[in-house]
Amino acid sequence: MSTTQTEPAGPSAEVRAHARRQHQPGVGAGERALSLLNGGFLLLWGLITTLPLVWAIVSSFKTNGEFRTDPMGLPGGLEWDNFARAWNAANIGQYFTNSVIVVAMSLTMTMLFGAMGAYVLARYDFPGNRFIYYLFLGGLVLPVFLALVPMFFVVRNLGSLPVVGQFLGLNSYFSLALVYVAFSLPFTVFFLTAFFRTLPNSVAEAGIMDGCSHFSLFFRVMLPMARPGMISLALFNFLGHWNQYVLPLVIMQEGDKRVLAQGLGTLAANTGFRADYTALFAGLVIALLPVLIVYIIFQKQVQAGLTAGVLK
Amino acid sequence: MRHGKYPFILAFLLPPVGIYAIYMLSPYVQAIYISLTDWSGLSATQTFIGFDNYVEMWNDDQLRTALRNNAILVLVVPILTLLLGLFFASMLNVGGRRRGAAVTGVRGSSIYQVVYFFPLVVSAPIIGIVFSYVFAPENAGGILNRLLGAVGLDSLQQLWLAEQNWLIWIVVIVMTWSFVGFYVVLFSAAMQSIPRDIYEAALLDGSSRFTTFRKVTVPLVWDTVQVGWVYMAIQAMDAFATVHIMLGINGGVEGAGDVLGVMMYREAFSSNDFGYAAAIGVLMLVLTMAVAMLFMRGLRRERVELA
Repeated sequence: MSTTQTEPAGPSAEVRAHARRQHQPGVGAGERALSLLNGGFLLLWGLITTLPLVWAIVSSFKTNGEFRTDPMGLPGGLEWDNFARAWNAANIGQYFTNSVIVVAMSLTMTMLFGAMGAYVLARYDFPGNRFIYYLFLGGLVLPVFLALVPMFFVVRNLGSLPVVGQFLGLNSYFSLALVYVAFSLPFTVFFLTAFFRTLPNSVAEAGIMDGCSHFSLFFRVMLPMARPGMISLALFNFLGHWNQYVLPLVIMQEGDKRVLAQGLGTLAANTGFRADYTALFAGLVIALLPVLIVYIIFQKQVQAGLTAGVLK
Repeated sequence: MRHGKYPFILAFLLPPVGIYAIYMLSPYVQAIYISLTDWSGLSATQTFIGFDNYVEMWNDDQLRTALRNNAILVLVVPILTLLLGLFFASMLNVGGRRRGAAVTGVRGSSIYQVVYFFPLVVSAPIIGIVFSYVFAPENAGGILNRLLGAVGLDSLQQLWLAEQNWLIWIVVIVMTWSFVGFYVVLFSAAMQSIPRDIYEAALLDGSSRFTTFRKVTVPLVWDTVQVGWVYMAIQAMDAFATVHIMLGINGGVEGAGDVLGVMMYREAFSSNDFGYAAAIGVLMLVLTMAVAMLFMRGLRRERVELA
């Protein structure tokens, strides 16, 4: 998708100068007004995009009294107690920990298993290769909702297996992580297969000459070479897993196993009764922070990763 | 190297294929069977009832409301986001005109892209919560009502989330808001790859900005618009998080803001009618496929006209 087009040689300078004399682009009063109008629209949308979120962040520092009497104003001081109440009383700390545990497991497994599958599908010939590839591809077009009900029963039934059942049933971090992995694999395999195909054969051959086994060729040579693709995909999957809402809603029905997005939903539903609005906004900010940090550091890769799904 | 190839392939394929088969493929296959039963989820057995669930859907008024709302989402959200996305992307990338260059981006265009894209990384529940305060009554945030009051439009103030007719349109607004940035970035990439000399030529021919946009920019990014359109329509089918958070599990006042995803979740996990829920899931599959195909065909025809 990154088509880096170098500036093509335009018409000669004389022709351009002539054009300027005739149409005076960029210098006429009308043009300038239009540019100003453009800038106005762009700025307006910038404000529409940021203001609701900025408002939520500002509100998280107010007292509840300030929020009710003057929701649009600035806070008198920084009310850090909101964050403490959100973290402890509203259980956001627990939800945050749950999210971290689940996403750490699911992201590791998605990237590892996704890369393994994609690598074999991209670089090894064997009967059934295309079949498995298209099996994964099919998962890209099926809506999540169709799978929701039976998935619930699959997980519930796995929970009654002897020994491993306690890790695979409902309300288990590991179950939810596995579900995330399953739903992320189609795109991960699809994307990484394309990526592994582009890696040069010469390096792989050199590895074989040096006596690499299939395993060490993958882990020592090919995987490190796939790093750029792995990074944008890991970011994409991180955001997807961290923000997931409907899957945990089905799998994590016990209160203290809820993940962040889910917990915030419950908190928001109860906030009206407790009238502790500012703790809710503090909770939102806590949930927003990891995503915000990742986005600020990696914004180019995040944009590329998220839009790649459409273009490929 | 030949040695040990198959054990290796097997070892590498087993974890991904296994997880995928258990948690994704098998549910899809079971879904169709469950939709033909009256399973409550509590009993170990279920009765095969054929197409009764589908007949029930046909006569279900709430399902009609949900269908109508999904239709609104699938038609309106893509149109709004694509128009706004094209508009802003063209302003960012070909909106500026400087001496010596026919088109340039406006100043700060990369900052705008970063800002516009931000809602895409925020989870839908958070967006839903924030917007439920935007549309709330004045004593609980109520930004919109306060803004209306501030500019003297008090007459337009109302309890947005209590008004049946507004519910689905509020969802439309929230979804559009969060998706425009996606298309700004997507179309920006496409517009960056348009050769600059085409714009030079258009300028030499005395083409106005609007004509250039209509006759040069849009046709050249039309392929991207087409895929983006289908992607957006499929996204709009699922409004689950937004509706579930902003309007609640019953789809708001009198269920007027209900959508298929929320209805399916409610039938399964709050009414324990898993058979019926699975049938709604099958309906969603059929609709998603139909929408994807319709949108693809409709646009392909138009592209021929433009090109």
